[in-house]
Formats: sequence, structure tokens, C-alpha cells
Amino acid sequence: MELLEIVEKLREAFPGEILEWIEHRGQMGVIVRRDRILEMCRFLHDDSEIQMNHLMDLCGVDYGDRKDVRFEVVYNLYSIPLRHMIRLRAQVPEDDCRIDSVTSLWTGADWHERETYDLMGIVFEGHPDLRRVLLPETWEGHPLRKDYPVQGPEKEWSGYEEVKAVARRLKKYDFYGAAEWTDEEESRARAGEAGYVKE
Amino acid sequence: MVIEILLTILLIVVVFSVIMLHVAYATYFERKVIGHMQVRMGPMRVGPHGLLQPIADGIKLFFKEDVFPETADKPTFYAAPIICLVAALTSIAVIPFWEGMAISDINIGLLFILAMSSLAGWGVVLAGWASNSKYAFLGGLRASAQIISYEIAMGLSIVGVMMMAGSLNMSEIVKAQAQSPFGIYAIPQVLGFFVFLVAMLAETNRTPFDMPECESELVAGYCTEYAGFRFALFFLGEYVGMIVMASVGTICFLGGWTGPFEVPFFPIIWFMLKVYFLIFFFYWVRATLPRYRYDQIMALGWKVLIPLALGNVILTGIMKTFVWH
Amino acid sequence: MSRNEERIADVSGDALSEVFEVQMGPQHPATHGVLKLNLVLDGETVLSCKPDVGYLHRGIEKLSENLTYSQSMPLTDRLDYMSAIANNTGYCLAVETLLGIEAPLRAKYLRTMICEMSRIASHLLWIATHALDIGAMTVFLYAFRERELILEMFEELCGARLTPSYPRIGGVRQDVTREFMDRLEKFIAEFPSRLEEYETLIDTNRIWLKRTKGIGIIPAEQAIGLGLTGASLRGSGVDYDIRKHRPYDAYPYVDFEVPIGISGDVYDRYRCRMEEFRQSVRIIRQCMEQLPPGPIIADDAPDLVMELKPPRKVMAGSTGPSPLKTALIRLVEDRQAYMEGDVYVSTEVPKGELGFYFVSDGRGMPYRMHIRSPSYIHIGALGVICEGELVADIIANIGSLDVVLGECDR
Repeated sequence: MELLEIVEKLREAFPGEILEWIEHRGQMGVIVRRDRILEMCRFLHDDSEIQMNHLMDLCGVDYGDRKDVRFEVVYNLYSIPLRHMIRLRAQVPEDDCRIDSVTSLWTGADWHERETYDLMGIVFEGHPDLRRVLLPETWEGHPLRKDYPVQGPEKEWSGYEEVKAVARRLKKYDFYGAAEWTDEEESRARAGEAGYVKE
Repeated sequence: MVIEILLTILLIVVVFSVIMLHVAYATYFERKVIGHMQVRMGPMRVGPHGLLQPIADGIKLFFKEDVFPETADKPTFYAAPIICLVAALTSIAVIPFWEGMAISDINIGLLFILAMSSLAGWGVVLAGWASNSKYAFLGGLRASAQIISYEIAMGLSIVGVMMMAGSLNMSEIVKAQAQSPFGIYAIPQVLGFFVFLVAMLAETNRTPFDMPECESELVAGYCTEYAGFRFALFFLGEYVGMIVMASVGTICFLGGWTGPFEVPFFPIIWFMLKVYFLIFFFYWVRATLPRYRYDQIMALGWKVLIPLALGNVILTGIMKTFVWH
Repeated sequence: MSRNEERIADVSGDALSEVFEVQMGPQHPATHGVLKLNLVLDGETVLSCKPDVGYLHRGIEKLSENLTYSQSMPLTDRLDYMSAIANNTGYCLAVETLLGIEAPLRAKYLRTMICEMSRIASHLLWIATHALDIGAMTVFLYAFRERELILEMFEELCGARLTPSYPRIGGVRQDVTREFMDRLEKFIAEFPSRLEEYETLIDTNRIWLKRTKGIGIIPAEQAIGLGLTGASLRGSGVDYDIRKHRPYDAYPYVDFEVPIGISGDVYDRYRCRMEEFRQSVRIIRQCMEQLPPGPIIADDAPDLVMELKPPRKVMAGSTGPSPLKTALIRLVEDRQAYMEGDVYVSTEVPKGELGFYFVSDGRGMPYRMHIRSPSYIHIGALGVICEGELVADIIANIGSLDVVLGECDR
């Protein structure tokens, strides 16, 4: 099936949901509204002439200041029996950063969506277990957003206090004599005074 | 009387040191054999061809820090490796190395060895439980189930030998064997010998039955939390156990100290050769076979080996009553 | 009710049984890196298995947004460090598609050849560790013997063993030498007999069959839904190989078959990969025979920083910033350097489908790069596969899915 035909079929089934379609380097990208994304995916998945049964990739893109709608969730779909691929780009505004989960169609979308939530901060509604996956649970911010600083002053990890408490509890073993360090010495050593050794 | 006791103690000391030396070099032998099977050299650095490697290993293990987990049950944790090693070493006492040469030539020798190898299993279970670690715990549980199951198969496989020799005394078994038509029981008792070989691997927790310590799932199983000297005790226990099992196999099935001809001044030579052949068999299996899964080991033990061993007992009984008599 | 569900029902109905939790990893000998599995066990039965990843997360996607296309390439070496060249090639192909460049034919053949070499190297490491996990330790050392030969050839090719960064956007870095081709020829003549060696050790071994047959069964439908790719998907009987579906480089010109499994268990996945060894040898042989003469890098390839021949003459004696540096700055700042747009290009790396999704805003560096790494998806599927099996089967499953954590965590 030709890529344009698929877009045409999708437009017929979901009038008003398709905003734009772009063909670039032989690949078809369809920009859609996010509200009926699950139905759209189900349509592409179940239709006997399209049969998009393989979710190749799912990721988020932060267009930052470049576009009116800040985020896009990109679905790269492929049909293993019919050998065609199409890309859905669902627009997600910044003030209401959520979209329906497609895990009911592709079980494998589970981890893709968790990753997108983790790194991009987009919430997937109906996801069975939306937790951070690559970063620790206590991490603040979503690193792949464009406003996340690439460099800057380091912030102390919030779990560090807990580690210090454990270290104090284990003081009796006195590894390498470090237990005698006071808090002040510790912070001096940590504050980057390279090669800080207790006098 | 006093002199007798002193002589026995002297004998024990001599046998103990010789066995320990053999254990040390059994590890070297293992590394060399497996190394050459796996297109590599094995230890080569310490001494010529790595000959001093076991000594270096021993020194290293003995001088390591004695680490123990804080939440472990200390008395049991300390006792477990000792139980393992003592149980294995005690079995040595009843093994006749050549005619008349056994520390204690008791009449229930075989039973004694079986009892002792069960005790070693107890040490493993205790170690797993006392470590207060989940891997160790799983390893200990597996060990208890496995050792109990294979104990039965092993015991039954030896029953045929007992019936043929009419004795539980190890020396008597060897003597009866020497007078039998084939000279060794491995031929008439081929079924029993097979069951014994498999059960022997399982009893000593060697591949493909190294479930209790299976490093790919349980890190190191029951000895996960042990380090340094205490780990060395387990290690020694395992190798002594191997030597004991190989000796039992040699005595019960391969004719003990007897050989095609007598070697003057060195009567232990045949015994040693046979034991080392069986130990080589351990290594060979280790280099060749993958590991069974836990439930498959149990199925093999209960559904295959025990019926086989029972069949062997019945067959031996029939043969003994109607054919050989 | 499937066998696994039966097992779970069996143990959860028992009032005396007590579940306990084990956290397997991240420092565990069988988890192939820093993978952590949160297991809930009842005795030996796995009630639930929740993988926990991210210990190796280096933020490659964020990093590459601040580097030029050429500069990001060494980062892709660090994804799947078992088959770095395959990653490089996938990356280069994606960038080439984005920028509209096509590599010359000779470069395509060279890339195909070394991609298949790295497939052999990666699969060798897979069979080594998979067999070691199941307990057959001799295969491990046999496989390393052959892997060493390939790594030595890589070293001769480009000076690096594990992280070659050999392909370039629009071609490859250097041409092959006569010695390299001779060595490769010797290797592929000898390798099939070495394969038989591994197979005699494990292929018909009863214990191996018991440990792998009927374990970790993934039905075809479920495998597609889970997003499995590569040999893990083909073991379930799905004919999906990107080399055939969306051929790239020289794959359309060579003749090879895609091995497909039937039952989708660990053994079928194992057999699929073992057959892939033979197909790889076949592809390499054809590439060597057909290798055409010609240039190895496209004329319009961007040499943003890494030129084939750095312009020394200009640099010597010049006082201002080096022309290389200025070229870089210009491309980074210039919005009109390339076309805007986005592409998704995936290649068949040894582990499965490695996809790169690029969004370009016209500058010399990607606006967004997303890596679809097969290992990440495979580990995500691990929990579903392992539920209801025994602890020992988890290890067999990890091995048969062939995951590498550098790629999973990115």
C-alpha cells in the first residue's frame, strides 16, 4: 500500500485529527492531535490493509521555543507482513503534558513510554507502571527537555544525606580512618579541594 | 597401650598431611586438566609450570581478613565449614590404602562413610542458613534436598557390592573382589557402578550437579558470605570429599589396592592410580557438561537413579542366589 | 492455562508457602553487566520479575544534541560494545539518510563485510556467555579463541579492537589491505569447522536440551507485541530481518538466508543464532569476491572535524583559528547547512533492530537523536517471559535474549 493511501485512509477514519503530513527522504510523517491517538493506533494496528503490528520506536521530542506546541510523541510503526512504515507525531502541549498510553496494543510500548516519561516528562495515561526507568527514583527534572541545563553548578544528590547516615552508623568499623572526619572536613573534601587530605 | 595410641596418632598425622598435600595438588591437577581441555595453559606463573600455585593459594587464603556478615548467626556460621571439613576428613579414617593400611579398619566402614557424607551436607545447610543471605539460603536449601536424595541412590548402588562381598568392611570388600571372576566389581555391577558415578558427582556438588553453589544463579550458593580461611575450609572439604568418594569408588568397584601385578615397596600405587583416574573423571565431566536445573536434578535422582539402583539390588540378589551359587 | 500460570496458581494456593524477595544484581555474575532484577520468589518459582536498569546511563542522547554528527559517532561505539562497528554503521546510515548522502559501492561492501564480522564476534561472545551461564564452561574459552582472531583483524583494519569507529558518514575511514583480506579469507575458511566444535559440545547434549527446550517460550504474536527483534524474534518464527525487509549497504547484492525458529523457546533462539554464524560467513565470502574497486568515501561527505587528510598546509604557520575549527563553528551555528526534517533508520545489528531517530533543524548537529536499542526492549520483555519459570531459567532467558547493558542504558 502506498504511504499516501495510508494517510488518506487515516484521514477518512479520523477527520479533523490529522494536521499535516510530511514526506522526507522517503519516509512519511503524519502530525496528529493527541486526543484520539490510541484509537488511531488501534486503527493502524487492526486494519487488514495496513497491519502496523510492530512498534519500532516511541520517543518524545521537545521542540522548545521552535514550535507552538512544545512536545511531540513520535510513533514509528512498521508492518512486518506488508513491509511499510509510517510515523505518527502526536502533539502534546506543555501545560497539559499527557497522552494516552498504547501499551494495550503493543506490550513492548511499556518501556518506551517509561523512558519517555523519565527523560522527557510526558505522562502516559493508562500505563500500568509509570515509573522512572533509567534515572533514579529521586531524580529531579527531565534531562532531555531543552531547558534542562547541560552544564552548571552541581547540585547535591538528595539521597546523599541518607548515605552519610549509613556511613555514620558504620563508623565503628573505621575504614581507613575516615570516620574521624568531621562534617566540615567532609564538605571541604567534597567541595572539590582536589587531593584534600586530612592534616 | 600408650605406644599403640601414639602410633595411631602418628599415623593420623602422616595420613592427614599426605591427604592435605593431595588436596592441594588436586586443585592444581584440576586447573591443569581443565586448562588443557580448554586450549589454555592453566597456572604457569608460580614456580615451574605453576607447580607452587597451590601453596601460594593456600598462603593467600590463610592470611586473608576473616570477614563475616554482621547479621549472621555466629556460632553456626563458624561451625558450618568445620563440620564440612571434619566430616570429610573423618571418612578417610576407614579407607584402606593398601592391605592392612587403614587408620581404623572397622566392620561398618561403608556405612560410616555414608553417614559422614550426610554430615557434610548438614554443614552446607547450616552454612546457608547461618549466613542470613538469600543466595546462601537458597543454596543451602538446594543442598539439603539434593544431598538427601542422592544419598539414597548412592547407598542403594553400593548395596549390590555389599551383597556380592558379604561384608561392609572395606578391606573385606577388596579381598572378596580380588577373588571374584573379573577381579573388579565394576563389570558384574555395571549398573551399580553407573549409579554410583552419578551419585558421586551429586554428593560432592560437582558439575553438572553443582546446584548448591551454581555461580550463574546463586553467586556462590551456600558459601557466598564466606571469605578467606573459612572459605578455604569449605574448599578443602569439597576436595577431601572428592578424594573420599573416588576412594570408595575405587574400593567398591575398581578393586582397591589390587592390580595386574604387584609393585614392590610402593603398594599404594594402584590405589592412587585408580583414585586419580576417578578424580580425572570429575574434571572431565566438569569441562564437558552444562549444569542441570534444580528440579531436573531431583527428577533424575528419584525417577531414574533410585529405580535403577533398586533394580540392580534385585538383579544382584537373583544372580547371587541362582547363578553364582 | 499455560504451564507457567499453573505453576503460579500451584504455589499461591499453598497456605504454608512464603514468598521472599531477591534482588539479583547489579553485581551478579550472570546478569551480563549491571542489570538488576527484582525477583519475588516462592521457593524456586519466580512470581514476578522486575528488571531495573539505568546503572550505565551516560546520557548519550543528550550528549549528541551538543555535538556534531561526526563527533557523536564514537559515542555509538559505547552502545553495544560487542559489535561496535554495527552500531557505527547504523549511525552513519541514519545520518546519511538525513543529509541525503550515499556511500560509494566499495564502501558499502566494506561496511557489510565488517558488519558481518562484528556479528560473528558478537554472537561468539553470546554463545560463550550463554553456555557459561548454563554451565558449559569449555565453550566459553573456545569461542574466545575465535573472537580474538576477529578482534585482531579489527586492530589491523583500524587500530582499535573494541571501539573501532571505522565507518564514516558517507563511507569508511580507510581501505582494506591485502594482509587483512588474506587473514579474513583464512578465517572464514576455518571458522565453519570451529562452529561444529561448539555444536558437538552442546547441540545434542541432553542436559543442554533439557535446560533450553520448552524454556522461555514466546509465541510469535506475543513476541511482536513485546517488540522483540533480531534472532530473539526469529526464534519465535517471525520472518523479520531488516537486512531483507529494508535492505541497506550491500545486503541487496548478496545472497543469504534468514534462519527462522518454530517454537520460540531458548533452544530455537540458540539455533537461529548458530545458523546466523554460517550465513554471516556466506555474506563475508560473497563480499570478498564481489568487492568492487573505487572510492571509499562519498564526495559530498561532510568532513566536519575528521577529514581524511587534515589540511596541514593551511594550518602550518597560520595565526588565526584553524580552518577546521571555523568550519565546525560555521556548521554548528548555520541553520541552513542541511535540510530540516526527521528520519528513522534502523539496521540489523547482532542484538536486533538498532534504530536511530533524528530530528534536524538544519544545523550541523542533531536537534534530537533517539536510539531505539534492542537490548532495552528485550530487557523490558524479560519480566513477562520469566514469570512462572524457575530461577535457573531466568539465567537461560537472559542469555538467549542476548542483552548488553551498555546499549540498554545508553
